[in-house]
Amino acid sequence: MNTKYIKGELQVKALENGTVIDHIPANKLFKVVEILQLEQIPNEVTIGNNLASKRMGVKGIIKIADRFFEEKEINRIALLAPNAKINIIRDYEVTEKKIIELPDHFKGIVKCVNPKCITNNEAMESRYTVLSKTPLVLKCPYCEREIREEELQLL
Amino acid sequence: MSYSSLVSITDYSKEQMLHILKLAAGFEANPNQDILQGKVAATLFFEPSTRTRLSFETAINRLGGRVIGFSDASTSSSTKGETLKDTIKMVSNYADIIIMRHFLEGAARYATEVTDIPIINAGDGANQHPTQTMLDLYSIQKTQGRLDKLNIVMVGDLKYGRTVHSLLMALMHFSPTFYFIAPEELLMPNEYKLICQKNNIPYYEDSNFGPEIIEQADILYMTRIQKERFTDLVEYEKVKNLYILHNYMLEKSRDNLRILHPLPRVNEISQDVDENPKAYYFEQARNGLYVRQAIISHALGLV
Ligand SMILES: [Zn+2]
Repeated sequence: MNTKYIKGELQVKALENGTVIDHIPANKLFKVVEILQLEQIPNEVTIGNNLASKRMGVKGIIKIADRFFEEKEINRIALLAPNAKINIIRDYEVTEKKIIELPDHFKGIVKCVNPKCITNNEAMESRYTVLSKTPLVLKCPYCEREIREEELQLL
Repeated sequence: MSYSSLVSITDYSKEQMLHILKLAAGFEANPNQDILQGKVAATLFFEPSTRTRLSFETAINRLGGRVIGFSDASTSSSTKGETLKDTIKMVSNYADIIIMRHFLEGAARYATEVTDIPIINAGDGANQHPTQTMLDLYSIQKTQGRLDKLNIVMVGDLKYGRTVHSLLMALMHFSPTFYFIAPEELLMPNEYKLICQKNNIPYYEDSNFGPEIIEQADILYMTRIQKERFTDLVEYEKVKNLYILHNYMLEKSRDNLRILHPLPRVNEISQDVDENPKAYYFEQARNGLYVRQAIISHALGLV
């Protein structure tokens, strides 16, 4: 299976050690890069986008050398890429697969839909409670507005 | 967040609500006490509301406390671009408790995160105004002798009216039956109807406001229908006179019925109702004083 992954699906250079984030929706790839703050790290980052995918049509993939994310960190992309697969690579082998899970509470990422919300008017970090994962319903604990998937605006 | 703050009515458990109501009854019996002696309360009204501010300041003064603050953001440092955080931190150096009203929603919740002194929310935009809800509960309990199993008829703007939403949430603990009477454009939002369903609280919806509905009521909670809420002004013209309470409509109402209104009213309760002993809105406003005395002393851990 590991071999298949490396030779088959992986359309970019194999990674010796690090993290592969696969099955990112192509239109969300650069947002994922931003949220994981990959512009700011010195590690070797390989980005592939609009790659053919049986399941998704086109997809994005990010490979980060010598970087292993904490669950809390990686779960920040759950809103953008709920079906992304996280593969931990050590010595060219996939040693661990992780599924992304939307946390019950998170900070930032989303803009509150309410223009009169304090989070949109004060230099502060927004935060949300996840009321429901499918369909997605968030609640801003400040203005107490519920935010549905179709109204979601990323910061 | 300091546990003694009050930002949203749902911050209080049923037991806490009942405790505050009991304390309020004590303050009604004896409104002049010294329990806030040596304490300084700040009333920060980033949005003016003379009615609410006077009620809070009277509550503090009658308990022997002192008041600092501002009644209008145009005279405060926030017009010079100071952040809410900085204002709250600055005032926290001087006061033992902050009572704040703000035009932005969530301002009071945020304030609890930047200070250790208790914050009492006196209204944050269209979001919460929990001391209003507590005085509504107090008025209901006082006039009905109980909170449990009452027929509550809410009339008018049930879509944007924060007072009816908060009252609905508070009454969830007391097995009410609700009657939501509103024009099509201003119906009770679905999320509140779902909360009723989840809690097995029966509710009825109608756009007709008349004696038949009023006869069912123990509490008739009237609200104002505002022209600005309508996208279609033709619709507003059609409904604006349909949700007005006149004295003749109360003829067959229950003896225990009381009429509440958060005030100020415009024309939704006709003047001829004022003399009816079932009209309770002026006393209701006075109850705000005792409830606020209770909430402030409780927040400071003094009672
Ligand atoms: Zn918000």
